[in-house]
Amino acid sequence: MLRFLLRRGAMLVATLLVASFAVYGALDLAPGSPIAALTGGRTPSPEVLAELNARYHLDDPFLVRYWNWLTAAVTGDLGQSIPLRENVSTLIGQRIGVTASLVALTSLIIVVGGVGLGLLGALRKGAVDTGVVLVSTVSAAMPSFAAAVVLQFLFGVRLGWLPVLGTGTGFADSLKHLVLPSLALAATSVALVTRVTRTAVREELDKEHVQTAVSRGLPWSSVVRRHVLRNAAIPITTVVGLTVASLIALSAVVETAFGLNGLGAYLVQAALNKDFAVVQGISLVLVVAFVVTNLLVDLAYALLDPRVALGSRAS
Amino acid sequence: MSALLEVRDLTVRLRVGGTDREVITGTTLEIGEGEAMGLVGESGSGKSMTAKAIARLLPAGARVEGSVRFAGTDVLGLSGADLRRHRAKVAVVFQDPRAHINPVRRIEDFMTESLRTLEDVPRAQARTRAADALEEVGIDDPARRLRQFPHELSGGMLQRVMIATALLSQPLLLLADECTTALDVTTQAEVMAILDDLRRDRGLSMLFITHDLELAGAVCDRTSVMYAGQVVETSAAHRLHADPLHPYSAALVQARPDVTSTAERLVAIPGRPVSAFEAPAGCRFAPRCPHVLDGCRGHEQTLVDLDAGRVRCERAAALRGRLLDPTESPTESEETADA
Repeated sequence: MLRFLLRRGAMLVATLLVASFAVYGALDLAPGSPIAALTGGRTPSPEVLAELNARYHLDDPFLVRYWNWLTAAVTGDLGQSIPLRENVSTLIGQRIGVTASLVALTSLIIVVGGVGLGLLGALRKGAVDTGVVLVSTVSAAMPSFAAAVVLQFLFGVRLGWLPVLGTGTGFADSLKHLVLPSLALAATSVALVTRVTRTAVREELDKEHVQTAVSRGLPWSSVVRRHVLRNAAIPITTVVGLTVASLIALSAVVETAFGLNGLGAYLVQAALNKDFAVVQGISLVLVVAFVVTNLLVDLAYALLDPRVALGSRAS
Repeated sequence: MSALLEVRDLTVRLRVGGTDREVITGTTLEIGEGEAMGLVGESGSGKSMTAKAIARLLPAGARVEGSVRFAGTDVLGLSGADLRRHRAKVAVVFQDPRAHINPVRRIEDFMTESLRTLEDVPRAQARTRAADALEEVGIDDPARRLRQFPHELSGGMLQRVMIATALLSQPLLLLADECTTALDVTTQAEVMAILDDLRRDRGLSMLFITHDLELAGAVCDRTSVMYAGQVVETSAAHRLHADPLHPYSAALVQARPDVTSTAERLVAIPGRPVSAFEAPAGCRFAPRCPHVLDGCRGHEQTLVDLDAGRVRCERAAALRGRLLDPTESPTESEETADA
């Protein structure tokens, strides 16, 4: 167990290093410069330009700048937003809660909805199963921006049940504001998890060990819970983990559509403003979240399936 | 002898790709209390399906006719909680323990599940009983084994776990479905000896399914031979080997190598085994039978009593004592003998 964690820890650090280099390097290659955004398109005098370049260390060689940024980032200092003259860590801190809640609520919907529907389809053949397949097909074909518009129209404008814009204040109100965004973000993933659950449960139902459980006179509910669902949880966890990890990146679309002040929406905004430090900072946070989620999935996988030896799994 | 299990005219059809296929035709057998019945036959002869019908484990969509009575209840009519109670009283030891034991649960979970779920035995007590049961089947250090997962145990050990588990729930009947086939030969003998001992100690009834005629003879009181979905013979197990009633049983006996004598060529049964749904009209063994007469093909054969056994062959009486005689060249000499 310890060896596994150490190894995964080392891999995590290596991944982050590569990712951070890519993030920093890509933005360095991107057209435009932070100075241009700062001066608003006017051409500054050479003295001012030199002064700005010196203040923000823009003249240093690329590797030196990367190294300085990286070492500061490790201590939690992601640098300064040049246009806003504010600490990037502070800017991210103000918004990370919204994105984290959005992803958490969406994950909950994906797990409960996806596994529930999939189980229903697998166990109830006939009309119910056809219904599940139909719903999941429609839902799978619905990209989150389209789902956002449909949900806003239906529940916000027509029925007036839920707010369609903004973050809200206080726990209950914030939660209410997150319901529609989460549903929009979950649509495609719920369908995926439903399909995988349905197939995994069907496959497990045909296994010999399930027949053994039935032959012992155990109640059907207990056979399903302790043998079918328990074993199907292995593939389901894999796909849920991958989906949740991808949500972190996809949240930008939904946050923009629903006017949520989260990291994703801010990333888009910062990119448009050529606020390089913010883009780099948020990208780094997203990469960390993605890699950590994957590590958790791998851990869960090893816990769920005793045949997977922790030490030998390196993928 | 009061029969614990009575199977009468059991016919099973399975739906395969839109058509009904008969897999068992009019199987009849009974097992008394404490009796071990062997069920022998080639692959596809309907042995396993018979066991599945008894334990009510046939796949969904199977159509079943006839009757199965177990300890006074009509098994085929059971449903819900009554059906689960029936299944709990009939323990099944399956062929491949590795596939039939949930790979992600600990041995303890597997062994104590019935006790804890069905009888509300407290965890600690269930664990003690499981450990005792493991010791009984000759597994050392049961405490450690209980904590392990199935993939950490060898096949022979897993099958012993399966047997110990089957006995834990104190069943009335044991269905052993080729329970040693997946094991290597030395392990087979050990597992078989343990199963036989424990069964006799408890006076447990058993239906022992195998394709090994000699093994059935060693552990069973009586043996039924199945061919193409029908029971063709039922006799005392030890006698079947020396004095079979049905030409098919005789052919099976002759097809086995004899350990005591260096054999010439092994005698094979010509043709290939057929399943019930592809069997010919009349006697189903007729196309492969060395003693066949034209009359055999004309009508279905029925099970009739003969010399304290039962046989499904109208020529059985005429062929008594001659089935295993190697000097007898069947076909021609018989025509004259019968005339």
